[in-house]
Amino acid sequence: MRRHLLRRGAAFVATLFFVSVLVFIVIRVLPGDPAQLIMGTEGSPEAVARLRDALGLNRPLGVQYLDWLGRALRGDLGVSIQYDVPVGRLIVSRLPVTLPLTAMAAAFMIVAAIPFGLYAAARHRRAGDYLTMVLSQIGIAVPAFWSGLLLILLFSVHLGWLRSGGFDGWGQGVWAGLRSLLLPAVALGLFQAAVLIRATRSAVLDVLREEYVRTARAKGVAEVSVIGKHALRNALIPVVTVAGIQLGHLLAGSIVLESVFALPGLGRLALGAIAARDLPLVQGVTLFVASIIVLLNFLVDLAYVALDPRIRHE
Amino acid sequence: MHPRSTRHLTFMAGLAITALLLATAALSALWTPADPLAMSIGARLQSPTPAHPFGTDQYGRDILSRVMVGAVSSIAVGVIAVGIGASLGVLIGTVSGWIGGWPDEGFMRLVDAVQGFPAILSALMFAAIFAPGLGISMVAIGIAFVPAFARLTRGSFLTLREREFVVAARALGAGELRLIGRHILPNTLAPVVVQATTSFPVAVLAEAALAYLGLGTQPPHPSWGLMLKEAQNFLSLSPTFAVFPGAAIALTVLGLNLLGDGLRDLLDPRTA
Repeated sequence: MRRHLLRRGAAFVATLFFVSVLVFIVIRVLPGDPAQLIMGTEGSPEAVARLRDALGLNRPLGVQYLDWLGRALRGDLGVSIQYDVPVGRLIVSRLPVTLPLTAMAAAFMIVAAIPFGLYAAARHRRAGDYLTMVLSQIGIAVPAFWSGLLLILLFSVHLGWLRSGGFDGWGQGVWAGLRSLLLPAVALGLFQAAVLIRATRSAVLDVLREEYVRTARAKGVAEVSVIGKHALRNALIPVVTVAGIQLGHLLAGSIVLESVFALPGLGRLALGAIAARDLPLVQGVTLFVASIIVLLNFLVDLAYVALDPRIRHE
Repeated sequence: MHPRSTRHLTFMAGLAITALLLATAALSALWTPADPLAMSIGARLQSPTPAHPFGTDQYGRDILSRVMVGAVSSIAVGVIAVGIGASLGVLIGTVSGWIGGWPDEGFMRLVDAVQGFPAILSALMFAAIFAPGLGISMVAIGIAFVPAFARLTRGSFLTLREREFVVAARALGAGELRLIGRHILPNTLAPVVVQATTSFPVAVLAEAALAYLGLGTQPPHPSWGLMLKEAQNFLSLSPTFAVFPGAAIALTVLGLNLLGDGLRDLLDPRTA
């Protein structure tokens, strides 16, 4: 058990190392001369040289990488060219939008998916199962940003219940904030819920074929209890795997939904940085988001240990 | 066609929708109801009419023609992105699964790291350095597919290299390359084909999202995602503008998903 955790921990650190190398290679090495890229055709050779010096681009690549990594580990991701503010502070300032949006979408995904998945499995090869599968097949086909547009069309343009976008911050109260994030969270969660319904259904169906389920039924355990207690608990491991991977997808998907609903989150920060050729900001945001996704995958690994006693007693 | 596949409802429905998509893309190269790039200021933002069955956009361009042409870039991105993901992934998986030991460990951590970069994130990085465009979205989506193909191939190698027929071939003096090329790789083909089919609709969705964000296909070339971006500005004036490009994406993805599900059933030896 302890060896297992140590191994997973070491793999996690190694993975983060590769993440940082990939970001460094793409942003610092691929462009050839980032200073020229930032200045564009406007910069005089002297100005480009000064910027190159200021960014430390004249040093060997290995030294640049270690220096950058060392700073990043201390939370220093450089200074945004566009805003002239530390990148780390900019990222933190956008989290109150992106994190609640992702969390709400995840909550919606789980609340919608688990009951429907269980229901479909319980009604295996009957009308309810087929109907759920058809609905989830449609859900998987609809891109989140299109369902976002359709939700705006229905709830904002036609019914006028919710606004079509924008976010005033949490200063107006929790309810006002949640209301602004409701439609994007539903649009974002809908697609992943459709995926999770199918995963839950097939995991529960697999478990229902096991001997101990037959035993439970044979000794007269009620069907609700068989599915809710015996089947769901054992089906949780594959379901948690899928849901954990989906959290990363939700975080990445929030970049698109922030654009649809004009929300001032991480995604719009990064998109604005591209237009302004703000390389330190793009570098900081991608490093941050990729690290979070790798962290989520690591936490899923740890969740196995908590859920499955067989791994715990290895 | 094999009688078992013609009886498979999911597979046949997927095949029919996919055939319709391919036929539309092929037809759009030869003929569209109107010039997809021709503007007509007098006919802006029209609702569907017999002359424009899907209506017109903010420049009076025929939406049906633009949706038809948009099918081409969706298919192109799908094919190339899946090609990049499959070739790189199978290569990494082969090397990793065959060599084993610490190089295997290293490759797998690299693959874990690549998993931290969904297509949107890589596209953001590439767009900051190169000009946004179709090429960037193909590469970004392709890279996002690498981990799945690499893990799949590596897994197959790990099981297959212990199997009797491989051990026997080795005992008979077959070289490493022959073992890989003749005995192991062909046996990993079926899962790789299934993975490729299920990746295709994901690529179509990702391309649409990237085009919507302005990181993919650039105007005035028609792309479904880009059309939705434009439609958003006119939601209250012309709601139908936002319906048809989105429906095209959904129908395409539905067809490809059904095809992939059907193929997985048909290729799975356990259900044969």
